Amino acid sequence: MDGKVLKEYGRDAALRKAPSGDAMLNVGYRTREHGLTRKLVEEISDVKNEPDWMRAHRLKSFAIFEKKPLPTWGPDLSRLDFSAITGFVRPKGKAVGKEGEVGGAQNRWEDVPDEIKSTFERLGIPEAERKFLAGAGAQYDSEVLYKSLRKNVSELGVIYADMDSAVREYPEIVRKYFMTKCVPPSDNKFSALHGAFWSGGSFVHVPAGVKVPQPLQIYFMMNYPGFGQFEHTLIIAEEGAQVQYVEGCSAPHYTRDSMHAAVVEIFAGRSSRVRYTSIQNWSRNVYNLNTKRAIVQSDAVMEWVGGTLGSGVTMLYPCSVLVGKGARAEHLSISLAGEGQVKDTGAKVFHMAPNTSSKIVSKSICRRGGVARYRGMLKVGAGCAGVKSSVRCDSIISDSKSRAETIPVMDVQSNDAAIGHEASVGRISEEQVFYLQSRGIDADEAVAMIVRGFIEPIVRELPLEYAVEMNRLIEMEMEGSVG
Amino acid sequence: MDVKGLNVRAGDVEIIGGIDLAIKPGEVHVIMGQNGSGKTTLLHALAGHPKYSATGSARFCGKDLLSLKPHERARAGLFLAFQHPNEVQGVALSSFLRRAYVASHGKEISVPDFERLLLEKMALLGMDRKFAARGLNEGFSGGEKKRSEMLQLAVLEPKLAMLDELDSGLDVDALSDVSGFLENIRKAGASLLIVTHYSRILRGLKPDAVHVMRGGKIIASGDSRLADKLEEKGYGWIDKSV
Repeated sequence: MDGKVLKEYGRDAALRKAPSGDAMLNVGYRTREHGLTRKLVEEISDVKNEPDWMRAHRLKSFAIFEKKPLPTWGPDLSRLDFSAITGFVRPKGKAVGKEGEVGGAQNRWEDVPDEIKSTFERLGIPEAERKFLAGAGAQYDSEVLYKSLRKNVSELGVIYADMDSAVREYPEIVRKYFMTKCVPPSDNKFSALHGAFWSGGSFVHVPAGVKVPQPLQIYFMMNYPGFGQFEHTLIIAEEGAQVQYVEGCSAPHYTRDSMHAAVVEIFAGRSSRVRYTSIQNWSRNVYNLNTKRAIVQSDAVMEWVGGTLGSGVTMLYPCSVLVGKGARAEHLSISLAGEGQVKDTGAKVFHMAPNTSSKIVSKSICRRGGVARYRGMLKVGAGCAGVKSSVRCDSIISDSKSRAETIPVMDVQSNDAAIGHEASVGRISEEQVFYLQSRGIDADEAVAMIVRGFIEPIVRELPLEYAVEMNRLIEMEMEGSVG
Repeated sequence: MDVKGLNVRAGDVEIIGGIDLAIKPGEVHVIMGQNGSGKTTLLHALAGHPKYSATGSARFCGKDLLSLKPHERARAGLFLAFQHPNEVQGVALSSFLRRAYVASHGKEISVPDFERLLLEKMALLGMDRKFAARGLNEGFSGGEKKRSEMLQLAVLEPKLAMLDELDSGLDVDALSDVSGFLENIRKAGASLLIVTHYSRILRGLKPDAVHVMRGGKIIASGDSRLADKLEEKGYGWIDKSV
């Protein structure tokens, strides 16, 4: 796919075309149930017209959620208010909400914080798109969007659908893989919550030997109710398949939802290659608590590329379970921790077979009192010979109020594993800034340039439009950080 | 550039105490002096390093230099080639230099046009084009860093280039390259203020004035013969003749 076609899948095209066609449906549904109850779980399942097994899965998950304690080993979650979680769901076919509740998921533009509005302005995001990103614009019918997205890949035998439809249309395969082997509801409190209330997300199935030529992107799809809050992504790459999946949004994205608990499950078959890229820039009222995991078979390569820019508290540790000989995982991530932000992010890799390898590169930028914590877990199973792993965590701190920490946990049961861990915490040096200034570049731009250079090894792995926006955001974020 | 009664302090410590220096367009001035005499501080203070506070007066192309921020001084046409240039990882030399070009010249240039300009200047300096895509000075050897400074000088075309020990760490061949390059810069109309320990780099450049610094002051000024004498007789000779 060439750049021009790619652009058509971008949010610009979606926004400008959709309102004139049938893609736009202004029929959000908002439940009258408040808080998270068993009744709400049943209601969601009813509205979605789900098969019994999914309903049972939701109820089982809810029971686990009620029993599981909050994790206490990470950031402070004591202010997380489950009763305030709205639980939007999307009806199939027709609007269910009462009059006045139609479109209830939308924010009013007037309510969107000025800070977010001015950021949109400075990023040069068009008016219509600003409302969209602020959760105050039109909503789109997911099925119509997926239909256009999969046009080019369906002839390859690739299934690319929204998760709700997939449950109905591909029940055998979804039932087999959905929160069974990879991320079961019992994994943690948030995965249990997710199992009960999930809505939206993507289902990708790539048959053996098929190489999907362009990244599957859902850049613009975050505005229908429930999407992005409890969305579920399930990617299955069969033997020798190759696929790249990109989701998220680098522009600031305002939501009233106080919490997001997405789950991503990836099955990388033998000799397959899967790259999952996500950029998150939620508004800072959001607790971002996702569970993302891949099971990687022999000689397969799993790549995670991620950036967490927004939200208040983030807990995110993409996990690769290397179960087959010669499997490889790469985890590349950028965290930006600004005022009031705690980024507790990292990577988990389980080397459960011989000759498996992993590379983890984590870059964080802390300023204005932000906290970035790298939390890593590296496990090498007994009898797994020839394992190699390198971990590199670099942080830049731009003032004395901010903090960067590294908490690597290693559990190595094999004698010959080659494991490297390097960590660095640096400040932007006055000398470097002066050097750039002496070439006519002002101090703010000099700092932004240095920071961009710092994250460049990861940004270069991003699709172009994300990379451009990411660089602009970093530039804005770093303004005023030198005297 | 017209400097009068320049004092430079780092915190409470006075490093430069009362320097006068007048450089006309197209002139080449040389500052010599032993380590610690304040040569580098003088150049850095003129370029606006935040570590120093400077008082006195420094007019540059009609502007009050000391009231300008470092990047404004650069945009006014002042350039400093560092003795130890910084490395900035991940920022490609070409994209950095294009930003600097746009900032200094105050006009846009397309990427292909800039690329052409850059490759032409790199060829003049005998730099491999692969350096353009590398991080700014990232992993460059000492000599490569000096060439990178020369390249930046060539692209930014300042009115006055201050060169801090550009010749240190260069072999004889590289020295003669640099010397020829500087001659061209001068012919194009730029002034040069050169800090050096050795007069070798000056051969062919025919400096208009040579100044000797000690203890933060200029203790002797003369024509190019002064540099030759210093090389021949050492700094001790100055004491006897001053």
